[in-house]
Amino acid sequence: MSTLPTTLISDAMPPEPSTPSLFDELKRTLRSVPILTAVLALLLIVIVALIAQWLGTSDPIAINPGNRLKSASIDHWMGTDAFGRDIYSRVLYGARVSLIAGLGAAAVSISVGLVIGVLAGYFRGFDAIIMRVMDGLMAIPGILLAIALVSLSGASLFTVLIAITIPEIPRVVRLVRSVILSVRNEPYVEAAISLGTPVPVILWRHLVPNTVAPLIVQGTYIFASAIITEAILSFLGVGLPAEIPSWGNIMAEGRMYFQMRPGLILYPGILLSLTVLSVNVLGDAMRDALDPRMARKL
Amino acid sequence: MLSFIARRLFATLPIMAVVAMVVFAILRMTPGDPAAIIAGDTATAEQLELIRQSMGLDQPIYMQFLIWVQQLLQGDLGVSLLSGVPVAEMVAHRMGPSLALTAATIVLSVVIAIPLGVVAAWQQGKLLDRGVMALSVLGFSLPVFVTGYLLILVFAIEMKWFPVQGYKSLSAGWWEFAKSLVLPTLALSTIYIALIARITRTSIIEVMGEDFIRTARAKGLKERMVLLRHALRNAAVPIITIIGVGIGLLIGGVVVTESVFNFPGLGRLVVEAVLARDYPVIQGLILLFSFIYIVINLVVDVMYTVFDPRIRY
Amino acid sequence: MFSWSKKSFVRRASTAAASLSFALLCGSPATAQTITAVMESGLRVLDPIVTTAYMSRNHGYMIYDTLLATDSDYKVQPQMVDNWQVSDDGKTYTFSLREGLRWHDGAPVTSEDCIASISRWAEQDKMGQMLMTLVASMKATTDKSFEIVLNEPTDLVLKALAKPSGTAPFMMPKRIASTPSTQPIKEHIGSGPFKFVADQFQPGLKVVYEKNEDYQPRAEPASGTAGGKVVHVERVEWVTMPDQMTTVNAFLSNEIDYIQQVPYDLLPMFEGNTDVKIEVLDKLGGQPLYRLNHLHPPFNNKTLRQAAMYAVRAEDVLQALVGNPEYYQVCPSLFGCGTPYESSAGAEMIVSSDLDKAKQLLKEGQYDGTPVVILHPTDALTLAAHPVVIAQALRKAGFNVDLQSMDWQTVVTRRASQQPASEGGWSIFSTTAVVADLLDPVRAFTASANGKQAWFGWPDVPAIEELRNKIARTTDPDELKKLAEEVQGLVIEEGVTIPLGQLYIPTAYHANLTGVLEAPVPLFWNIKKAGK
Repeated sequence: MSTLPTTLISDAMPPEPSTPSLFDELKRTLRSVPILTAVLALLLIVIVALIAQWLGTSDPIAINPGNRLKSASIDHWMGTDAFGRDIYSRVLYGARVSLIAGLGAAAVSISVGLVIGVLAGYFRGFDAIIMRVMDGLMAIPGILLAIALVSLSGASLFTVLIAITIPEIPRVVRLVRSVILSVRNEPYVEAAISLGTPVPVILWRHLVPNTVAPLIVQGTYIFASAIITEAILSFLGVGLPAEIPSWGNIMAEGRMYFQMRPGLILYPGILLSLTVLSVNVLGDAMRDALDPRMARKL
Repeated sequence: MLSFIARRLFATLPIMAVVAMVVFAILRMTPGDPAAIIAGDTATAEQLELIRQSMGLDQPIYMQFLIWVQQLLQGDLGVSLLSGVPVAEMVAHRMGPSLALTAATIVLSVVIAIPLGVVAAWQQGKLLDRGVMALSVLGFSLPVFVTGYLLILVFAIEMKWFPVQGYKSLSAGWWEFAKSLVLPTLALSTIYIALIARITRTSIIEVMGEDFIRTARAKGLKERMVLLRHALRNAAVPIITIIGVGIGLLIGGVVVTESVFNFPGLGRLVVEAVLARDYPVIQGLILLFSFIYIVINLVVDVMYTVFDPRIRY
Repeated sequence: MFSWSKKSFVRRASTAAASLSFALLCGSPATAQTITAVMESGLRVLDPIVTTAYMSRNHGYMIYDTLLATDSDYKVQPQMVDNWQVSDDGKTYTFSLREGLRWHDGAPVTSEDCIASISRWAEQDKMGQMLMTLVASMKATTDKSFEIVLNEPTDLVLKALAKPSGTAPFMMPKRIASTPSTQPIKEHIGSGPFKFVADQFQPGLKVVYEKNEDYQPRAEPASGTAGGKVVHVERVEWVTMPDQMTTVNAFLSNEIDYIQQVPYDLLPMFEGNTDVKIEVLDKLGGQPLYRLNHLHPPFNNKTLRQAAMYAVRAEDVLQALVGNPEYYQVCPSLFGCGTPYESSAGAEMIVSSDLDKAKQLLKEGQYDGTPVVILHPTDALTLAAHPVVIAQALRKAGFNVDLQSMDWQTVVTRRASQQPASEGGWSIFSTTAVVADLLDPVRAFTASANGKQAWFGWPDVPAIEELRNKIARTTDPDELKKLAEEVQGLVIEEGVTIPLGQLYIPTAYHANLTGVLEAPVPLFWNIKKAGK
C-alpha cells in the first residue's frame, strides 16, 4: 500500500541479476565447439536420410546374386552384400529406418513411462500395484515378446518398434519413480501441498522437472539401445523383414563375413556410433541448460 | 522394514501367477507347433496330429494350463517337449555359466564405472570429462556381437591369450574358468559401464549443486571428501536404480554374448526354446526369471533406504 | 494332489542348493581320445523314427544298426543280416541274422526285435508304407531268422530295408520298438558301434557317444553306410555352436576337430592352411527347391504356375545360397544330378529366366493381382536365401509379391495350413532337401501328387501317382528309367515341385583325422585320430 511512485522505488533498489531466458541458454550452449559439431553431425545424418534417393543411390532391395560380396568399387562405393545388393544405398536408406526406430522408441517409452512412474511415485496406493506389474513385465523376455508380436501381426517396422519399446517402459518407470520418491518429501513440496496447490500442478511444476535430467540421459540411452536392440533381434532372426534395410539388420546379416568383408559391419557401425555419440552430446548439453540445479563453475 | 520385506515376498506369488498366465496365453496364441519340429520336414498332417495328441497339445488351452499348474504345485516343472529331459535339470545345468557371466559383468562394471563417473563429474566440462563420456558412449553404440567379434579377433586369435569360445566350469580349475570368462565379460561390460558411468556422473553433478555441498566446502572439507562422503551417498538412488535395471538388461545382452562365445547358458536356452516352441521349458524359465526380477527389485528398493533416509515405505 | 510336506520342502531346498553348486561345477573335461564335432544343427529329438529330422538320423547311425545297407555304388549289402534267401516265386524273403549281435544292455538281438522295429519304422516312412501294402505277413521263424511274405514279387523289400536316409529302418529292442510310432521313445539302446551316454547329454548343447566295445564289425571295408563299422576312437562329442564365425575360429584354434557344414563364404579362411582338409563327403548333396500351393489362387491355375517357373532363374538361387560355383551344379533333375534317374525334362522352365514368356503366360492366365505370399524364414540361415531371390524374380515378371518374414516355427505352422494365403496360408515356400532321399520316384516325397496326402502344396495329378505305383512294381532297369523320365516331365509341367539344382556341402577337419568316409550321412566309424 505504498504511495510512493513506483519508479522512485525501483530506482532505489539495486538492479536484480537478470535470469537468463531459455533462448539465451541455448545460444550459450551452442557456442561450445563439441556441441556444435554434434548438432551438425546429427543434422547431416538426418538430411542424408531424408534425401537418400538423390545421393547416387540405387534400389536398396535389388538383388544381384552374381555380384555378391564384392569390395568397394566405382559402381558400389561400399561394396555389395551377400545378395549382391549395394551397401551404400542400403546404409543410406537404412538411416531412415534406424532413426525412426530410435526416436520412436525413445519418445514413446519416455512419455508412457513418465506418466506411469509419476503415478507410482506420488500415489502410495498405485505404487504397489504398478510396480508389481512392472516387475512382471520385465520378467517376460524381450525375445518372446518380439517373436509373439512378429508372428501374430507379421514382421514390420511398427511391430518391431512395439517389441523394442515395451521392455523399455518398466525401466523408465523405475527411474522416474525413484526420483519422485526422493523428492516427494522435500520441504518445498510439503509447502506446496499445504498451500492447497492442486495435485496436477504439484506434479507438473515441482516434481516432474526433477525427472528431466535423468530422463534426458535415459532417453539418449534408449535411442541408442533401440537401434541396437533391432540389430540383436535381426541377429536372432526375428527382426525387421529382410527387405527393409536398417543399420541393425545390415550388421546382423553381415556379421558372418566380418573377417573377410568388415565393411558390412564397419560402415553402418561407424554411422551408428556417430549418431549415438551426437545424440548423447546434445542430450548432455540440453540437460545442462535446462536443469536449474546444475552447478555452474565459473 | 522387515514387514515391508515380508509383504513384498508374499506379493511375489500372485505376480508370478499372473506372469505365468500371460506368458502361457501369449505362447499358445503365437503360431507355432512343437509337434512339427519333432516330426520333421516331411511329415504329413495326420502324423503331426497324432504326435500332438501324444504330447497333450490338442487339449483346450485352459485344460493345458490347469494340468501345468497342477504339476507345478507338486514341484514338477515338466519335461522338455523335444528332448524329454526334465526342465529343472536343463535349467540347473545351464544356470552356472549365466550366473558366472552376469556376476562377473556386474562386479567389473560397477568397479570401473562408478569411479569413472565420479572422476568425470569432478572434472566437469574439462577434457577428462569429455573423454570419459565419449569412450563410454562408444561402449554402448556398438552391438554386443560386434564388440564380441572384435575381442575374439584381437585377444583370442591374434594374441592367443584367451580361448575363442566355450565355457569351462570350476571343475576344470580356477584358471581355466576365469580365462573362459574374460572376453565375454568384457564384451558385455562395455554396455553396462557406459550406462552406470553416465548416470553416476549426472547424479553427482546434480548433487554437487546442492546447498549442503556448499556448506561442506565452506567447512573446509577436502574436495575428495566432499565427493565421496557427501555427494556419492546422495547420488546413490538413481545409480542403484540403474544397476538394478541394468541387471534386467544384462539378462537380455547375455543372449547374444552366449551365442557368440558359445556359452551354454540360460540366455541361449530361452532363445532356442522360444524358437522351437518348447513350451514347458519356456514356462519354467519365465517363472525363474520373474522370480529373479522380483527379488532384484526388492533388493534395490531396500538399498534405497540405506542410502537415502528420505525414502520411507 | 498337494504334497507340500516339510520333508519334501527340505528335499527340494537341498536339491536346489545342490543344483546350484552342481551348476557351477557342471561339465567334465574329456581325457579319453575324443573327436569333437560341430554338426549342422543341434540334436533335438532322439527318436529317429518319429521324426524325419536329419540330425536324428545321424544320431541313429551312431547307436543303432540296420539289417541291410547301401554301399557307395548304390548296391544293397547285408549289415546285421548274414544272408537272405528269396523263394522261387519271388514272394518270400528269408533273412538270417549274424552271430554275436547284442544290444547295448547285453541282451542278444532276436528276430522278434527286428520285426517289431520294421513295423514301427514302416508306419512312419513313406517307402515303408508302400512296402507294407505289398506285404502279406512278417514272421520270426527262429530266434535268428525271420521271413517276409509278399503279395507279389518285388525287390522293394531289399531297397526299403537298405534305405540310407529319410527315416532309415534302425533296429531296436522289441520293448522299445513297441512304443507307438507317434510317441518319441524314452530309452536309447541300440546295437550300433557307439553307445549313447545319457547322463552327459545336454539337449541343444552337447551329445556324447562312447565306443561300444562289444560291437562285432563286419569283415569288409566300409563303403557308404555298409561294410565294417570299426571305431578307432574312444569318444565322439557333438557340440552345438550357434555362431558360425565362432565355430570357424574355434576350429582354427584347435578347439574342435570337425565341422560338418562349413559356411561357403567362410571357406577362404582355410585357404593355404595345410593342417585343414576340406572335403565334400556327401557326393549327392542337397537340392534347393520351391513348392507352389495348388489349392488356392493364384497357383491353382496351371498357366500361372508356369509363369512363375519361367520367371525364376535357378542359378540366381544357387549363387545366393552357395556363391562358390565349385559347390553347386545347375541341373533341373528332380532325382538328383549324377544319379541313376537323372533327367532334364522341362529344363527350359527352370534353368534360365525367360521374363517375356513369363509375362505372356501371366496375361494368358488372366492374373488378377492376387498377392503371392512367400514364406521367408529368418532364423534358419541356410533357408533364408531362396525366398528373397524368388520374390525379386516374380516381381520382375509382374506378380504382386508379399514376402513375409517370420521365424522357422511360424513358417512350419503356416506351411501346414490349407487355408487361402490371406487367411494364414501361403502361395510359395522353399527349402533344401537331401538328394539321398530323392533318388527315385517312389522314394522322392517331392514327386508325390496325391492331393491332400501329398507334401505341402498338395498337388493333385493322378497320372503321376499311377506312374509311381507302376514303378514300385517294375524291375526292368530300362523300363524304370523311361518311367522316371515321364514322372519328371509331368512334375515340372504341372509345377508339383521346382528343383533348382544341386549343392554340395564341404566338411572341414584337421589333418590328424584319417579315414573320414564319403557317404550320404556323416559317419564316425573308421576315423583314426593321431595324437589326442
